[in-house]
Amino acid sequence: MSVPHPARVVVRQPSRPPALSRRGFLGLAAAASAVALAGCAGGSDAAGPGQPRSGGRLRAAFAGGGAKEVLDPHMANLFVEASRSKAMFDKLADLGDDVSPVPRLAERWEPDAGLTRWRVVLRQATFHDGRPVRAADVLASYARILDPKRAFRAKSSLAVIDLANSRAVDDRTVEFALRRPFVEFPNVLAAFGAYVVPEGAEDFSRPVGSGPFSFVSFEPGRSLLLRRNPNYWEGAPHLDELEFLISNDESARVNALLGGQVEYAHDLTPTTARSYEHSDRLTVVRSPNSAMQAFAMKLDRPPFDNQDLREAMFLLVDRQQLVETTLSGAGQIGNDLFGKGYQYYADEIPQRARDLDRARALIRKAGAEGLRVKLDTSGAAAGFVEAASVFADQARQVGLQVEVAVGNKDSFWADTLNNGSLSSYRSGAMPIETHIAQRLLSASTTNVTKWARPEFDALYDKAVSTKDEAQRRQLYLEMQRAQHAEGGFLVWGFADWLVATAPRVGGVAKAPANTLDWARFDKVWLG
Amino acid sequence: MSLGHYALRRLLVGVLQVLVVACAVFLLTEALPGDAAVALAGDNPDPARIEQIRRVMRLDLPLAERFWDWLAGLFRMDLGVSLVSQRPVAAFLADGLAPTLVLATLTLLVLVPLAVLLGVVAAVREGGPLDRAVTTVSVALHAIPEFAMAIVLVAVFGVRLRWLPPTAVGVGGDLLRHPAVLVLPLVVLLARPICSISRLVRAGMIEALDSDYVRHARRLGLSTGRVRLRHALPNAVAAAVPQLAHTTDWLLGGVIVVEAVFVIPGLGTALVDAVAARDLPVVQGLAVFFAVTTVLVNLVADVVGFRLSPRTEVVR
Repeated sequence: MSVPHPARVVVRQPSRPPALSRRGFLGLAAAASAVALAGCAGGSDAAGPGQPRSGGRLRAAFAGGGAKEVLDPHMANLFVEASRSKAMFDKLADLGDDVSPVPRLAERWEPDAGLTRWRVVLRQATFHDGRPVRAADVLASYARILDPKRAFRAKSSLAVIDLANSRAVDDRTVEFALRRPFVEFPNVLAAFGAYVVPEGAEDFSRPVGSGPFSFVSFEPGRSLLLRRNPNYWEGAPHLDELEFLISNDESARVNALLGGQVEYAHDLTPTTARSYEHSDRLTVVRSPNSAMQAFAMKLDRPPFDNQDLREAMFLLVDRQQLVETTLSGAGQIGNDLFGKGYQYYADEIPQRARDLDRARALIRKAGAEGLRVKLDTSGAAAGFVEAASVFADQARQVGLQVEVAVGNKDSFWADTLNNGSLSSYRSGAMPIETHIAQRLLSASTTNVTKWARPEFDALYDKAVSTKDEAQRRQLYLEMQRAQHAEGGFLVWGFADWLVATAPRVGGVAKAPANTLDWARFDKVWLG
Repeated sequence: MSLGHYALRRLLVGVLQVLVVACAVFLLTEALPGDAAVALAGDNPDPARIEQIRRVMRLDLPLAERFWDWLAGLFRMDLGVSLVSQRPVAAFLADGLAPTLVLATLTLLVLVPLAVLLGVVAAVREGGPLDRAVTTVSVALHAIPEFAMAIVLVAVFGVRLRWLPPTAVGVGGDLLRHPAVLVLPLVVLLARPICSISRLVRAGMIEALDSDYVRHARRLGLSTGRVRLRHALPNAVAAAVPQLAHTTDWLLGGVIVVEAVFVIPGLGTALVDAVAARDLPVVQGLAVFFAVTTVLVNLVADVVGFRLSPRTEVVR
């Protein structure tokens, strides 16, 4: 896969823990707690967090991975690891609220005219042990990620860098050589896991980074305690201490929050969020546009090689109903395009509305009346099976027999990449360019819809080598028009990312999951 | 056959059982769809990346070779390292064992005296109001699954009334220094075993009190208390020992549901995490540990049963 894979992160956790049925038994737990609370819920905003205040220890509960947990930021995989990484380390760039790259350790970047050599000037920053962050550290970090004998996540994103021909101009200037002209190179600097570590760092049992918090102690699968870095280049955090605690069960995280054992609970289900909407014992923070929800049709085989049938699918779906039922209202409808609210998203393309008559006419035209088609789904992600069943009901109204096939959740992604013709799909936030590069080019390795069009590939190549932003925007719009009209992704919604905090916690951002401000604690305070 | 010989033979059989369990777990985990690389790669993975992870984790080696490596390590008392974090498996066992052991020990310390007392009292007053009350309550309690009871207790005492902490989040492995977090889990863990064991003690006691040797002891003029405690009770308890062994084994396995609801990072949680990650060496290490404890606990139970009630035939 070429550029960052934040998708994996967003989408990994909600399916855990696997041994327990979260919807059954844990949903019941949430309901029981909600009933117990009914008497306490005031529904008014009581004492809020007020103005930013310095001091205190914030305890944040996340799902963890037990044996899997590591502090090596290049190996980060789980949400909790992503959040810990950004607390202790910095990348050269990260993704802003509109999922466009913003400079972090890089103060600025400048490409040459051919877009193949990029000069990145580092900010004056120091690691926790007092050493300055130098160009050599950046190059060593990237060399570590690109090591052919290892399998770090950011590797494919960084593959565009020709490291042998890149160099440190001076201690605070790196010159990157790229293998091809690439105007979106800052997306690479913001790639998931592309953190800068001190040159030669291999032992991360006591990690040293340049981030807003420094390491104190770690118990894998239980807790990580961090302390404020008073010398952080962006200003010291409000909190004195930050403690990450592990609780794999969502209702236990909420119970711990209600019981005053933590001040922040990550990753709620929409049902829980709805139950506590008006509670004065916790605050639900919603980050919109965090996870695209879709069905993927494969264009290279029957029946969805037929353009009329695809359009009928787009028109028969009741998006609002899907958002209301499977996301419990915690989301927005989609327009069959990735990246709502992100940089370069084609807002100008009108929202598709349900039109059953036209859908029926198109089905007739396609000769697909009474067609039976298998919809592959599984418990790989929360809500997949439910969304598939609701969609099957909707399709029945226009005479399509969509048969929901629940497959194995552990091998779902591998099973559906090349097999079947229709499957459940979702994706976390990433730049639209990355989405296209990974999924919509002839050579993309995770091209689940089998969208392979030379003219589209050419548009992409032109876009990433076009320096003028207005022109580039036009090219992205053209690609999105093609996708919207004839693509294979039926994007019915975008799920909110949900966290809960104690009412006295302030400064928790509503940024999409996987972006810089999501699960970020240096701007958070305890009121 | 003497008790010593018997114990030795059982131990040898036990070693064999542990090996069989280890092989079975290895093959079964291998048969699960997806491996550690697939689990790590997550959503929409690039097939090439999965292959790469497989190579790095040495999952591309033949099954037999990997199993043999692991088995050879086992004989050197080396359980290997986690595929994902490279941390030694023994460290996971040690970390998870402490909380599990604390919970198991405390549960047993409360369970045994309480269940025996209830059983004896109910037996002595057979058919009386107390007996009927104990029977009714224990049957009712026994019908409630752990997870349901745990959820209700947390909702009522932890969240609504705020008498007790709802979870053990943040306590880590050091449960004993925060006794309040142990109350609700202990109640849940005790509920069912108290019922089953007190019922067995009651039945054993009634049978013993009705037996020839107790009648004989009474005829000899021994006091009622002495007859009950010294002569009837050991037999009654012997009847409950296998069930107690079963309970101990259950507790040492890390009661997953209780650990999940109360966020106790014990062996059950370690197992769930390891299976989710398909972290085979960790799953294997835990399986061997569980097999060893099962064999040992049952052996101890048989020996204890034999001592308490020498008439009992030991099972070969």
